[in-house]
Amino acid sequence: MLIIDNVNVYYGKLHALKGISLRVGEGEIVSLIGANGAGKTTVLRAVSGILAPRSGKILFKGKDISGLPPHKVARQGIAHVPEGRGVFANMTVRENLDMGACTRRPGREVDESLDRVFSRFPRMAERAAQLAGTLSGGEQQMLAIGRAMMANPSMMLLDEPSMGLSPLLVEEIFHMITEVNRAGATILLVEQNASMAFSISRRAYVLETGSIVIKGDTDDLRNDPGVQSAYLGDL
Amino acid sequence: MDYFLQQVINGLQIGFVYALIALGYTMVYGVVGLINFAHGDVFMVGAFIGLYAIGKYHLPLFAVFLLATIGCAVLAVVMERVAYRPLRQAPRIASLITAIGVSLFLEYFTALNQVFGPNFYSFPRPFAVSSWGPGDISLTNIQAIIFLVTLSCLGALQFIVRRTRVGRAMRAVSFDPVTAGLVGVDVNRVISITFGLGAALAGVGGVLYGIAYPQVNTFMGVMPGLKAFTAAVLGGIGSIPGAVLGALIMGQSETLASAYLSSTYRDGIAFVILIGVLLLRPTGILGAAKTEKV
Ligand SMILES: Nc1ncnc2c1ncn2[C@@H]1O[C@H](COP(=O)(O)OP(=O)(O)OP(=O)(O)O)[C@@H](O)[C@H]1O
Ligand SMILES: [Mg+2]
Repeated sequence: MLIIDNVNVYYGKLHALKGISLRVGEGEIVSLIGANGAGKTTVLRAVSGILAPRSGKILFKGKDISGLPPHKVARQGIAHVPEGRGVFANMTVRENLDMGACTRRPGREVDESLDRVFSRFPRMAERAAQLAGTLSGGEQQMLAIGRAMMANPSMMLLDEPSMGLSPLLVEEIFHMITEVNRAGATILLVEQNASMAFSISRRAYVLETGSIVIKGDTDDLRNDPGVQSAYLGDL
Repeated sequence: MDYFLQQVINGLQIGFVYALIALGYTMVYGVVGLINFAHGDVFMVGAFIGLYAIGKYHLPLFAVFLLATIGCAVLAVVMERVAYRPLRQAPRIASLITAIGVSLFLEYFTALNQVFGPNFYSFPRPFAVSSWGPGDISLTNIQAIIFLVTLSCLGALQFIVRRTRVGRAMRAVSFDPVTAGLVGVDVNRVISITFGLGAALAGVGGVLYGIAYPQVNTFMGVMPGLKAFTAAVLGGIGSIPGAVLGALIMGQSETLASAYLSSTYRDGIAFVILIGVLLLRPTGILGAAKTEKV
């Protein structure tokens, strides 16, 4: 579904992604883990068109999307839930959700998506008229995921959805992610919380200073001494 | 008292025209963070379109406004595409200097004989002036038209920004253009629309100004442009209600200053206000750090 092939990304002189290759098959949940500054966010930004790779290819459903502007990538069916939530704080919850569907023609199908979001996040229905900036951190994360669901995407990119949330909320968010996946969306999940990420994904990649250093089945990675000491210290 | 009320009405007349210009400054700033110094000149082009539409082609008033609206919108969209978009990622000072360049270009290019010409031209009145009112207070039909047209424009703008998809996209871009792009908003298109919308309002303002102060010249946009910019800063740049509020305050202060002090203070007061705001409250009246920008 998504193939990243030997991609190089620079911020000015800084070589942030050094020939990254990675693939996500249809229907999978794949995790991408790594320490602060490893380049995880940069990978997602390259996929969704915020950054243009200097070289390499990004194929989505067989089509080269590298270098497309973000709104065109979104129209291909990729929804990106950015780091730090990124809800439109100046708009109501409902308007945020409507923004999520801005590539779709308003109508019955969009209404159905909205019903789905509201039934999965009843809190959002209660707060539909509230400004998104006044929601709690966890609620904003749910709204950001709900907004992505409104696009009815075939692929969702999630950037550290657990960041800054209580363990209970993290649990809830991850449950939500598996449901979104079961409903048909392929998922690329960026996390620092490796144990949580491994619990819902079958395959994972480990990124270190711009390079993929380990990849494989999460069952194997869990037992890998290097991964254990660096990313699963709490297990 | 009657004299005072009369001055307030006169202040509203000019204040509303400033509001139509100030909105363009504030909306453009809201979505791209650029002070479009050529905006006053777009207003001037609107006035000239009015001059030709009324004086030469004798079009009905509604068609005059429509033409000025479309003409100015197209001009601003082209201006953004050609002059500002290539500099979107450049340091701010580059776009600022470019804006000043575009402004000078519009003023001097249109002053060529082959375009509008370098002289003062009298703006034809599309109707005879009449007035009503009790005692010494009077409201002219020009003022009535200015109030009516401006309020309709404000209503329409409010509707577009609050209730339509494109307005929602404008607010999203103004809050965070990167995230807006991620959810599928074509940010460049929204920026074009914002330039067009702001210019359309300035075009309407230009025609109204021509009707009220019937002399036009290619440099006529400079002073109202500066005052409307001051109004936008006073209200809180980036805030739509702020621009209207700032413009009404500007209109009142300059009218009252020239009525009670001396008409020589009329223009000075604008800059006293600008300097005062910048010193005391740079975010403006409604421009707290977290107010919504569009
Ligand atoms: N806009 C930018 N300009 C310059 N350098 C940047 C920019 N964004 C990120 N970087 C650098 O690129 C590298 C990778 O950053 P990235 O944000 O992708 O890391 P990350 O893995 O997402 O980290 P975190 O877990 O902290 O979110 C870092 O060294 C960072 O300092
Ligand atoms: Mg990151």
